[in-house]
Order: sequence, then structure tokens, then C-alpha cells
Amino acid sequence: MKLDSGNIAWMLTSSALVLLMTPGLAFFYAGLVKRKNAVNTIMSSVFVMGLASILWVLIGYSLSFSGDIGGIIGNLDWFGLNGVAPDAPGPISTVPNLCFSIFQMMFAIITPALITGAIVERMRFTSLFIFIGVWSIIVYYPLAHMVWGGGFLFDIGALDFAGGDVVHISSGVSALVLALVLGKRKHYGKAAYHPHNVPFVLLGAALLWFGWFGFNAGSAGAADGIAVNAFMTTNTAAAAALLSWMLIEKIHNGKPTLVGASTGLVIGLVAITPGAGFVPIWASIIIGALVSPICYFFITYVKPKLGYDDALDAFGCHGIGGIWGGIATGLFAHSSVNAAVTNNGLFYGEGKLIVSQLIAIGVTIVIAVVGTLIAVGIAKLFTKNIRVSSRDEDTGLDVSEHGEIAYPAFNGMD
Amino acid sequence: MKKIEAFIRPEKLDDIKDALAVLHVNGLSISQIMGFGSQKGWKEYIRGSEVEVNFLAKIKIEIVVLDEQLDAVVTSICENARTGEVGDGKIFIYNIEDAIRIRTNERGNDAL
Repeated sequence: MKLDSGNIAWMLTSSALVLLMTPGLAFFYAGLVKRKNAVNTIMSSVFVMGLASILWVLIGYSLSFSGDIGGIIGNLDWFGLNGVAPDAPGPISTVPNLCFSIFQMMFAIITPALITGAIVERMRFTSLFIFIGVWSIIVYYPLAHMVWGGGFLFDIGALDFAGGDVVHISSGVSALVLALVLGKRKHYGKAAYHPHNVPFVLLGAALLWFGWFGFNAGSAGAADGIAVNAFMTTNTAAAAALLSWMLIEKIHNGKPTLVGASTGLVIGLVAITPGAGFVPIWASIIIGALVSPICYFFITYVKPKLGYDDALDAFGCHGIGGIWGGIATGLFAHSSVNAAVTNNGLFYGEGKLIVSQLIAIGVTIVIAVVGTLIAVGIAKLFTKNIRVSSRDEDTGLDVSEHGEIAYPAFNGMD
Repeated sequence: MKKIEAFIRPEKLDDIKDALAVLHVNGLSISQIMGFGSQKGWKEYIRGSEVEVNFLAKIKIEIVVLDEQLDAVVTSICENARTGEVGDGKIFIYNIEDAIRIRTNERGNDAL
């Protein structure tokens, strides 16, 4: 097949949509923290747009998609995007190699940024910077290779349409490990949440929803029927999860909240990610409607019992929501939606796919745990303390890490 | 009855609040204020240029306590507000003539 201008146009558009998710995430997270940590929380996503882009151009794309070493990682033949042509096809036959690398680069940006939700309000910025760089290399690139770049998870037939394993489970599990290593925030337990700007939370969630159309429908790699299906399943799952979270709050607390509705829509998007282009539309209603009760139960009951401080529930939303999405893909994927589905889901009486899905989830968790521990170790080598001092934590990371405050005092004296 | 007016660093508020709860202080009021003492201001950098910030964000705590509580409360505030650096703040103490609980018309010590 030759290059298709329609596909190229859609992939470039999708790339821009996915890039917008990272600043969206920054607002989503920033709205949920105390006002004295707003700048630091936003910066924790924003610097990744710089670091992960440059790493991707230098080695990331090559290690993820060029060749294969033992089914684990690619080689360095495309170092510095050398030989990655803007006008000749790469992994997808109808779009240029460079176009595909642009699209994939945006995923390499948002994924490590997701982790930062677990560690807000207490991690040193320098340590986080080093951690994210190392994590990209030893966790993200191998996983992207294994699932999408022809590695062994690809070979066993595991399905991950837009990054349930690579993006959400990997970042969610890594977030949990990093939160455990870092320890709880100082006054944790008295109040788990201090959303300082609820409208910011929705602003971020809305940008995520908008960008997610590129994330999921763009992952079709073409402007075709699969992309259209993914677009509709994405919106449907987000809508169903938004409603089911509101319903839970109405039953449980009597009043639906905007933070809850925003959380619901985001985890609906997480849950549909691995199956967006594989499952029929009706299944996306079930996947979305069920992810809210699953995550709500986990965040409200399991997390307090276990007692770790995953501040903004990066694991509770992306880890748990991603795992549910991976399993749901193994339940509902069908070859009538996408010919790439060689084994139908368990719901249709075939068991092979769900086994592959569980293996892929398991491997992702192991890589994320081991890789995160190594990346934290390296960050500690360079910066010794990865946590700010107790006093800096009280003052807020905006002043201690950046010397910059988000808001002037409202009495107008400054 | 004495009124204690303490000017403190904002980041110390949580610690002080916890310490005062232990001493059974019945209520405290805070206001976010701007001000400076001997600490003067600080420097911020915006796009590389230095900006002098003259007034700093501080918190003013106002508490009215029984005479016999005074020493314990003042000691506790000092301990919890102190970092040892310039800018830890100041405490002022006033005599209170009377107090009235609006709901019940109780007066004096009973109103606290």
C-alpha cells in the first residue's frame, strides 16, 4: 500500500490532540492539590513535554520501534531519528515513518506525566526530573516495544489498542511504587484531599477527554472505520463512567460532585483505551459504567486500609482502571469490529484472548515495579534526598522548588 | 482574661493549631495578612529579572484565654512557631475587660 494523505492528515491531527492531554493533565492534577503546590504540580507535567520529547527524538523511537533484541527492546539504528523518513512508510504502511514517530512521541510524554499524580506535594523537583528520564528509558521504551513494536507481548496475541498496558497500567503501578518509597505527606490521614480549584479539575478533565479522541481513534493508525469505532467507544465509555460515578455519589453521599464527575469521565477514558478499536459500541457502555464502581471501591475502601499515600490516585484511577480495561478487552473484543482480533473475547465463548490479556497485565506490572525501583535508586544516587524537607513541605513546593507562587494574596497587597 | 495576638509564618499554622487543641483553647480566629518586620522582604525571579517583594504573607492568630492559661498557650505558640530564622513573628498580649456569649448572654470567664 502506498502513503495515504487522509491517514497522514488524521495522524498528524491526532498527534496534536494527544499533546494537549499533558497540559490538560497538569490542570486536572493542579486543581486537586493545595494552592501552595499548584505551580509545582503543573511543572511536574510540563517539564515532561520537554524532556520526553528530546529523549524520544534521540533514542526513544529507535529503542521502541527499530528492530528487535530478544523480544524486549529495539536497537539504536534510528538514533536521532536518523533514517526515519518523512515520506516513506515505517511500521504503518500508509503513513510515513516520521509521522508515526510523532504520534508515538505524544504517548511517551503523557505516560510519565501520569505518574506524578501519586507523588505531589512532597517530592523534590530535581529528583523527579531524573526519575522521569530514567523511567522513560527502562520502563516505557521496552513496554512500547513489547506491546506495539513487535516484541513478545505482541507475539502472544495480547491486545492493547491505545495503551492500557503501556500507558495506564505501567504509569499507575509505577506511581504506586514511587508513592510507597516516598512515604506519606505530613498531615496525611487528617484530610486526603485539598482541591484548591475545582473548576481547574474539570478544565483538565475536559482537555483530557478532547485529546483522548486522538489518543484512541488515532491509534487506529488510519482514518478508517476502526478509528470511527474507537471514537464512538471512547466517548460512550467516558459518558457512562461520568454518569455511574455521579450515581454512586448520589447513593453514597446524597450529592454528586464536580470532582467526582471529572474523575468518572477520566477513568471511563482509561478503561476504554485498550479495547477502543476492538470492542463493539454496546460493550463500551458496560466498560464505562463498571469502571466507576470498581475504582470508587478501591479508592474509598481499599486504599485507606492499605494506608499508602497515592495523593491523586494515579494508581487508583490509571492502574485499576487500566487493569479493568485490559480484562474487559479480553471479555468483549470481537473480530467483526477489527480483523486484528484473532481470538474473540470470553463473552463470546473463547478463552484464549483473556489469558493473553492477563499475561500482558502481569508482565506490565512486573516491569513497572522493577523499573521504578531502579529509577528511584538512580535518582537517589544523584540527589540523595528525593523528598523535600518537612519545613518545605509546610511552606509549599511552589516556593521551595520554584520560587514562584501561583496566586497573589487576595487582599491585593502584592 | 487575656487576648493573645500572634503574627506567625503561614506554614506554621497547622502545628500551632494542633498544639493549642491539646491545651483546650476554646476557639481561635485567624486572618491572612501581609506585613514585614525585621525580615523585610525577599526576591522573586520572573523571566530572569529580580523582583523585590516587600510585604510577606503572614497569618495573624487571635485567641482569648483565661488568665491561668496564658503562660502555657504563649509557650506553646513560641515553641511551634519558631524556626530560629528572622521572620518567625511576634506575639502581643492585651487585657480583656469583658466577654459575652451572644446566644446565652453569659459574661466573663463563662463566655469563653
